[in-house]
Amino acid sequence: MNDQQQTLWDFMRQQSDKLATQTLEHIGLTFISLFLAVLVGLPLGILIARRRKLSGSVLGIAGILQTIPSIALLGFMIPLLGIGPKPAIVALLLYALLPIIRNTYTGITGVDAAVKEAAMAMGMSKWQILFKVELPLAMPVILAGIRTATVITVGVATLASYIAAGGLGEFIFGGISLNNTNMILAGAIPAALLAIIFDFLLSRVQKLNFKKIKAGTYALPVVIVLLASVYFIPSAYGSKLTAGFTPEFMGRQDGNLGLQSKYHLKIHTIVISDAVMYKAAYEKQLDVISGYSTDGRLKAYNLVVLKDDKNIFPPYFAAPIVREDALRKFPELEMTLNQLSGKINDTVMTELNYRTDYLHESPEKVAKDFLVSKNLWRPDRSGSDGIVRIGSKIFGEQYILANMYSMLIKGYTDYDVTTKTGLGGTKICFDALTNNQIDFYPEYTGTGFLVILQPSQQIINSVEGSKEKTYNYVKEEFEKRYQIKWLQPIGFNNAYALMMRQKQAAALNVKSITDLKNYLDKK
Amino acid sequence: MIKVEHLSKHFGKVKAVDGISFDVKEHENLVLLGTSGCGKTTTLKMLNRLIEPTHGKIFINNKNILEQQPEILRRGIGYVLQNNGLFPHYTVGENIAIVPQLLNWDKKKIQHRVSELLEKLHLSKAYFNVYPNELSGGQQQRVGLARALVADPPVLLMDEPFGALDNVTKSKIHAEFKVLDELKKKTIIMVTHDVQEAFELGDRICLMDAGKIVQQGTPADLLFKPKNKFVEDFLKEQRLQLEFKAIKPPQPPEGGTLRLNGVVLSRDVSMWWVMEQFKFKGSESLSIYDDQDREIEKLGFEDLMSAFYQYKQQQTHE
Ligand SMILES: Nc1ncnc2c1ncn2[C@@H]1O[C@H](COP(=O)(O)OP(=O)(O)OP(=O)(O)O)[C@@H](O)[C@H]1O
Ligand SMILES: [Mg+2]
Repeated sequence: MNDQQQTLWDFMRQQSDKLATQTLEHIGLTFISLFLAVLVGLPLGILIARRRKLSGSVLGIAGILQTIPSIALLGFMIPLLGIGPKPAIVALLLYALLPIIRNTYTGITGVDAAVKEAAMAMGMSKWQILFKVELPLAMPVILAGIRTATVITVGVATLASYIAAGGLGEFIFGGISLNNTNMILAGAIPAALLAIIFDFLLSRVQKLNFKKIKAGTYALPVVIVLLASVYFIPSAYGSKLTAGFTPEFMGRQDGNLGLQSKYHLKIHTIVISDAVMYKAAYEKQLDVISGYSTDGRLKAYNLVVLKDDKNIFPPYFAAPIVREDALRKFPELEMTLNQLSGKINDTVMTELNYRTDYLHESPEKVAKDFLVSKNLWRPDRSGSDGIVRIGSKIFGEQYILANMYSMLIKGYTDYDVTTKTGLGGTKICFDALTNNQIDFYPEYTGTGFLVILQPSQQIINSVEGSKEKTYNYVKEEFEKRYQIKWLQPIGFNNAYALMMRQKQAAALNVKSITDLKNYLDKK
Repeated sequence: MIKVEHLSKHFGKVKAVDGISFDVKEHENLVLLGTSGCGKTTTLKMLNRLIEPTHGKIFINNKNILEQQPEILRRGIGYVLQNNGLFPHYTVGENIAIVPQLLNWDKKKIQHRVSELLEKLHLSKAYFNVYPNELSGGQQQRVGLARALVADPPVLLMDEPFGALDNVTKSKIHAEFKVLDELKKKTIIMVTHDVQEAFELGDRICLMDAGKIVQQGTPADLLFKPKNKFVEDFLKEQRLQLEFKAIKPPQPPEGGTLRLNGVVLSRDVSMWWVMEQFKFKGSESLSIYDDQDREIEKLGFEDLMSAFYQYKQQQTHE
């Protein structure tokens, strides 16, 4: 525990620059959105307090906006507003709207009717009544709404990092993908503190306000604008192209860190979530992204992979891994599974992923079509000579592979098959395998190497990112440590890759990462 | 000065006010009297256009108010609300200064006028910077009255201005109210459901029921010449007290005065008031002076009582 705190503190100190920028960005984002939300929400609240008939529909719409999942909302924004601060601010604004409109409405409609009548009886005009009576008296309620909106916005602003708008979400989501607790906490703790501090300050404003409203009403917008101006929109683009990398990629040695140390790539980089990255590249918001080389979206969005000519991305060749006792129990299994070896290259896998992920064809159909086209498919022999249990992780590519293996086993042997698809992550799959709950599943060499074996830096260096060396190392180690056998690789390499739009890459004549670096270095 | 013709207000099927007409002369104090829900407040609010009439006309100073701009009209009419309606976020001083501010008076003049009113209404200067919720109900009523009076409007509308008060405070404020010089030159329409209050403060009374005026006239008219059973029943309780309030002591000749302990009295003091003075101030007689300032008559308690019965006799026999 003590150790943990120590390292968290160290991490925060080491990253204090980043932490400060992210915190300021976070505050800025929060208050720009809040300011705009007040600018929109307050008049709307006043309007529906005047025209009660409108109140149902306006509050309804604001309510619906708030239930849209944040990622989806951010996704909708990209085609309209691109990536970066603009869509993030709009999205945050939409989330902050409901409490502000609702409280303005309740605040104003809640003003004592006798007081309003007195104002009218003394000859105040509608506007005078609004500014001198209704708004001041509704102010505590309106402030409560702004307070709620602030807390919501501080929270949702962490998601801004998904679309490259910065903020403390960079640490939080980076930390989650990298499984780095300190990084998560370095983002989460300041974000929580911000929420608590702003909530506390606004509660003070609320209390102090009742009698000194006149001063308060003017001070508040000024404070909000000041806080909003903290956000200097990160638009000082240094390079000709813009890269968007996932938080995970940003923090990994075999990711952005390697790009910088091995290729000396200098490119304006923003952090963005995997969910919207490909789309943003397609929409020309980004020029270079970090993806997976067999992702179906590569094809869907017409992207090309740049050749990793210095081999910084470790190979992630897929191969079935099988417990040795299962191989003994099912003697025909190895041969059957190896039929797929060398049959699927990157392009083919990308195409297959495209069909499931993007065209939403069933993995079963895609698997069968492929086997038929390769003349591998045979009808089910309905055997009953024991049951082989296949596992798979929880994404499309693994579903396709599991289906292919199932069909091969049923067609070529007398074994029956059950599949346990959708086993959360590497750890869950691997544990199921070692605990004899499944017999085999498709794994990637890089994952086996870095995630399961977790070798020393020395060994990592000795493997040098070579396909063969990595494969041999994991094969040997898995046999020794776990009595698990790596069968022959299927052929494709689902590794990290840098990608660009096909057209742009062709126009700039960029084929490899070195080409990219050279292009960027040209003045 | 104020003329109301066939005025009606319908809320859907409810005829809150149903074709009423009345006149109020300059400097007169007319009381709208009636049970809860008979349309008093609605009538009053139509006079400053807080409510727009369904039918009928209203003239103030011969001008049709329905043709004037409501805000401007209202700034010239003092209005005291049924439940005072003070601004909770304004101090007493600021509350009173609302209308002058709307009329763009300069600061000094406002300051001066507000202090003057506070003093006249027996509110200490210390209350100037206090918020309404720190005042007692009676003090709030006075602030409400001050707010209505501040710009010296010729017309004053008051909706149960003393409604929320206990009887002791009420009669004290009534007494102050009657002698307040600010009110002497005003045309006042006052709403109440309190018969005693109506008799004490009203020059004339409109007795209303279910949106209609049942009878209008002086307190004595209502008391001694009731138009129907409703009026009679309405005034049944504490009738003797009402009679004392409705009847005036013997009046001096043209140019003469009534004096109590040498102090000149207003001509419209009631018998009730004089009796109270006898009781509380220890006076023994009321003197009548002629226009030459000569005392022509001195009336003791007995004399007043016999004058009272004589008057009553006369009324009922007429
Ligand atoms: N805005 C309104 N909508 C519908 N009906 C109303 C409205 N205002 C008043 N009324 C009705 O009109 C009638 C007269 O109301 P009003 O307020 O004038 O009574 P009031 O004589 O002042 O009573 P109180 O002594 O209780 O104040 C009542 O029946 C009331 O319910
Ligand atoms: Mg009323």
